[in-house]
Amino acid sequence: MNEWRYWFAEQKGTLLALAIFVVMFVIYTSNHPAGLTANVAQTAANKGVLLAFVAMAQTLVVITAGIDLSVGMIFILTNCLASWLVVGTPAETAFGVVVVLLVGLLCGAINGAIVIYGRLQPIVATIATGAVYFGIALLLRPFPGGSVNEDLADALTGRLFGYVPSSLVALLAVIMLVWVPFSRSVYGRAAYAAGSSEVAAYMSGVPLKRGKFMAYTLAGLLAAIGGLFLTFFTYTGEAAYASGNAYTLFSIAAVVLGGVSLFGGRGSAVGAIFGAFAFRTIGDLLFVFDFDPLWQPLFQGVVLLVAVSLGAFALFRVKNRLEWFG
Amino acid sequence: MSDMGTAAGPLGALKSRMPKFLHKVDPAVATAFACIVLLLIVGSIYSTSFLSPEYLLQQLKVASFLGVIATGMMLVILLGQIDLSVPWTVATGAMMASAAAAFGPTGVVLAIPFGILCGAAIGTVNGIGVAYLRIPSMIITLATNAVAQGLMVVYTGGFSPQDSASAAMRWMATGVLIPGVPNAVIVWAIIGAATVFVLTRTTFGRSVYAIGNRERAAYLSGVDTRRVVLIAFAVSGGLSAFGGVLLAGYASKAAQSMGDPYLLPAIAAVVLGGTSILGGRGSYLGTVAGVILITLLQSILSVMQMPEAGRQITYGVVIVAMLLLYGRSPATRA
Repeated sequence: MNEWRYWFAEQKGTLLALAIFVVMFVIYTSNHPAGLTANVAQTAANKGVLLAFVAMAQTLVVITAGIDLSVGMIFILTNCLASWLVVGTPAETAFGVVVVLLVGLLCGAINGAIVIYGRLQPIVATIATGAVYFGIALLLRPFPGGSVNEDLADALTGRLFGYVPSSLVALLAVIMLVWVPFSRSVYGRAAYAAGSSEVAAYMSGVPLKRGKFMAYTLAGLLAAIGGLFLTFFTYTGEAAYASGNAYTLFSIAAVVLGGVSLFGGRGSAVGAIFGAFAFRTIGDLLFVFDFDPLWQPLFQGVVLLVAVSLGAFALFRVKNRLEWFG
Repeated sequence: MSDMGTAAGPLGALKSRMPKFLHKVDPAVATAFACIVLLLIVGSIYSTSFLSPEYLLQQLKVASFLGVIATGMMLVILLGQIDLSVPWTVATGAMMASAAAAFGPTGVVLAIPFGILCGAAIGTVNGIGVAYLRIPSMIITLATNAVAQGLMVVYTGGFSPQDSASAAMRWMATGVLIPGVPNAVIVWAIIGAATVFVLTRTTFGRSVYAIGNRERAAYLSGVDTRRVVLIAFAVSGGLSAFGGVLLAGYASKAAQSMGDPYLLPAIAAVVLGGTSILGGRGSYLGTVAGVILITLLQSILSVMQMPEAGRQITYGVVIVAMLLLYGRSPATRA
């Protein structure tokens, strides 16, 4: 019985995010003119998965009490790169996918190296590297264009067995291959420990630097997977500044909704994924209720503002006023 | 201050050999000024008109828009916080001032104060979030930026607004009151002088530095830290909006995403000027140097006809490189 209580306490944020998502999705589908058909589910999954990958990337960094404001730009950069490389014969396509993922890893590793070994503040460092990544994206694609291997794209954005959206399956595979091994490894523990109390972790001999470095690097990889999927959905590459910024912002919103603490040390990528789905569904609710699309940015901004303000309730539990000032 | 010498390492050793009066100079500010001289030399090699007074005054005029915005950013960074709501606060200030200017004679008079007030309102929301709700500043300011963007998109219908800037706004940004000195530069000088006074001669200014060093200690010393943080954010929002008003006057109208190119340069100018991103340390002279440095860099890149992509990459690399030179935080020690 006690075991369950601990498990519940640990997963509270994730479960809450799941609950928000389910409620929102039920409202969404019950008001959707077509109802819950395989098509509606597929479209919703495809849109949600894009943000889910970027949100997972953000989670890894946020867990270490850092922040990565370049995830959106890595996402855009890899999108532009994929629109050049992921084409042609299966062998060429596979090579392209590998290169795109490696570039994502490299971007993440550069962030990690600058923040951890260069000891710069993550906010400023990742804004600056984000500018560099966007610049490279713009070099690759001064104008929107390019193409992608459509067989692969259709396979990964279509449906399996007629009902299951294959992008969801891909997301599940990434969780199993990246998030689960990382969070259970020594380095994953180190990333959590770094976010929870860096000094205590340091004194306990936890491999802090390598753990944080791994988190930033894998964040780059996950953002690149997101960029790859963006290419699969749109069939083109585009160096869109606004879209990169929006994904960075939404990834933070998804992380907050997903119960990941912005102060580090708490939360899971699975929660952030549900957070991403919930955020996307909230944005789409406007459409089923026939609102003017002009209101969408405002609505999403307000959702984000309310979501981050909810964290303030923890203040009421603080007994010693000095703890406000951390 | 004694641990600064050890933290500086090789710089500390260098310091002991320098003449006495140089000891007071912040190495970061000196580096920034050295870089300005270097950029001027590089620029004059590239084009002979680079050192002409007209060109330099023109640069100073362009720099003053960034200077006004960076002043607000510096206040917030001195607190150890950051204001990422700059892009749409700038745009909101510009759009609201232009909108007010369309409302007859009263509107024209109130255009500039109204634009600044809208920015201060955004800043106040930031301040309440950071000071009273204890939300990390980068998160709440990103959120208010999104809300401001949403409001402006709804207001303008997604297009650049048709209202044009009032005559006063245009005069302030492009006019010349004292022969040879553009008004925008005078505006920046006034704001700069006021900031130096507030930061060095008032309790508020000293509280800002104290909070940046250690908020807990400032609170225990009887400073109403939350009020100071709230005011600093409101002022930062107001100054960003004022920058937007000036920009609208310069371009004679407001535009969507006109504030986007100011976030990174504003942070960069403050940080390159030697203000610690962790808060509590930095001088306005450094910020002035940072603003001029960034403006000259931008100007040289555009003279060299560097495309947007190259500019973004150069910015990012220069900022990271300069920060690695003198913006590093101390290593984790128990």
